[in-house]
Amino acid sequence: MFASTLVMALREIRRNMLRSVLTTLGIVIGVGAVIMLVTLGQGATEKVTADVAKMGVNMLTVVPGAERRGGASVGAAALTIEDARAIKNQLPSVATVAPSAGRGMLVVYANQNWSTTVTGATNDYFTVRDLKLDAGRVFNEIESQGGTPACILGPTVQKHLFGQQEPLGAALRVGQIACRVIGVTQAKGQNTFGMDQDDFVIIPLATFQRRILGSHDVGAISLSATSDAAIPKVKEQLALLMRERRKLPVGAPDDFSVRDMKEISDTLSSVTGALTALLGAVAAVSLVVGGIGIMNIMLVSVTERTREIGIRLAIGARAHEVLLQFLVEAVMLSLFGGIIGMVLGLAGSYAAGRALNFPFRVMPEIVVIAFAFSFVVGVAFGFFPARRAARLNPIDALRHE
Amino acid sequence: MTTGGTTGGPLIRLRGVFKVYGSGDSEVRALDGVDLTIERGEFVAVMGPSGSGKSTCMNVLGCLDRPTEGAYYFRGVNLAGTTLDKLALIRRHYLGFVFQGFNLLARTTALENVELPLVYRGLPASERRKLAIKALADVGLQGRELHTPAELSGGQQQRVAIARAMVTDPSLLLADEPTGNLDSSRKLEIMQLLRTLNQERDITIVVVTHERDVANFASRTVTFRDGRIEKDERGAAA
Repeated sequence: MFASTLVMALREIRRNMLRSVLTTLGIVIGVGAVIMLVTLGQGATEKVTADVAKMGVNMLTVVPGAERRGGASVGAAALTIEDARAIKNQLPSVATVAPSAGRGMLVVYANQNWSTTVTGATNDYFTVRDLKLDAGRVFNEIESQGGTPACILGPTVQKHLFGQQEPLGAALRVGQIACRVIGVTQAKGQNTFGMDQDDFVIIPLATFQRRILGSHDVGAISLSATSDAAIPKVKEQLALLMRERRKLPVGAPDDFSVRDMKEISDTLSSVTGALTALLGAVAAVSLVVGGIGIMNIMLVSVTERTREIGIRLAIGARAHEVLLQFLVEAVMLSLFGGIIGMVLGLAGSYAAGRALNFPFRVMPEIVVIAFAFSFVVGVAFGFFPARRAARLNPIDALRHE
Repeated sequence: MTTGGTTGGPLIRLRGVFKVYGSGDSEVRALDGVDLTIERGEFVAVMGPSGSGKSTCMNVLGCLDRPTEGAYYFRGVNLAGTTLDKLALIRRHYLGFVFQGFNLLARTTALENVELPLVYRGLPASERRKLAIKALADVGLQGRELHTPAELSGGQQQRVAIARAMVTDPSLLLADEPTGNLDSSRKLEIMQLLRTLNQERDITIVVVTHERDVANFASRTVTFRDGRIEKDERGAAA
């Protein structure tokens, strides 16, 4: 009995190809759209989170000047190397302190030149910023103290000045300083805001201060806390220390600011969280639209199918036999559409993710929900109108127009 | 068979059958106390103007519809209060239908249409095929087995419908305006086919029609008016 029902259902599906294809298409779109949207959203979220992590999450940066909209800082005293030393010595939860100064400059190698940011920094800078070397080494003792000029390149600078040539040991001119290339950092790529994080040249802070700045000022002091949890405390202590060192009277506003990567990262996380929620909402809408599509095609075929049910009943089918056939048909179409939709949705999000440089992160629960929802809608709207028709007196089903 | 029944006695006996639609002022009595007995092997034409209750009567006889009141003895068994499911089994085992609008499954070959009642009887595929091919040949449609209804003329479609009705070798063939959609020469062909089936295979046939020349093929004519039987004439088939 079941075997012949299965055969009959398959035959009906093949016989009514257009209707079958349309039904399946509705389910394919419903399932595929949801899976694709959510998978892409998840990938985008992960990419942003990973980008933020690359900037160094438990890092704080002190810069002179009060924080203002637009970031302008006017008239505040510069930070000094002594400030950095004081932070290192007086704050217990600080792991590493890296004072640095930077300036946009032209660097020249042979007949190539490139305009980039030249940063004067200590070796601690690499730790705090989570910069790793791809080739070469960091500064040695002599270089750190401002002896033999040396520099470490970001991959972008290396690419533009050296191309395929070996950069290590080459003599690079940074402004008026001739310095030897001793290292190249690993590429970090663009950050969340689309800025190239690999476009820089690092020279020792002492060299930068003596030969470029002509003072002991530093532009910024980056520091890392011993742990994520210590950041709020460090931030507080840091502000107190800086106010004391800069002799600010009680009640006067800060003339420096502390930037917190964690804050930025939290903000970004909430943004991506909102993004994911939005995508979820879009997915829910497309699921509903897909469901309505499935519903429509199922209901539209009810008139024709009601007569078919009438005919089958008239020539001796029992109601439950007709219903079983319709149920099998609906299940097969929904299953088929769901599987195609799943494959297309995953393939589509994989391709789009590749194109947009997002990681491919499947959320299994969304795949299951999308599949289950479409399946239930498809089966319900294939089955319940049929059940209503099969419960009529056969003559009423036959007369249905 | 769960319906029991006997081989002796009349095939059909209606006693005081009413079919009422609506209620109160809008009440319509499609059947208003019908008594009718049909013996095995009869060829009965049911006539009457539109709305006289002749089609309703046929639907009740065919177990496609249930009377509001009254007794319907089919093969000696009263079907009053029988479930839809039991009625389906009676249709499956004893009845064949031919409709004015053919009611073939669309996009389905003649052969598959004729096989369908056998599917519900649980016959194996090879036997279904054999019987269906024979039934189509009996109505003169050899070579058209794989045509769909859309590829057949009205007369041919009605022959497929007759083959579908006859393939199970029913006790009773019910035809509701079987020639209503056909031109006059096809009409005669179909009626001659029905008469042959009645005479050679001893199948009881009830034909509903409003045309006198169609009714003339039958051996008995029952005329309805306003839900009641107005005339019941027996005469040799024309």
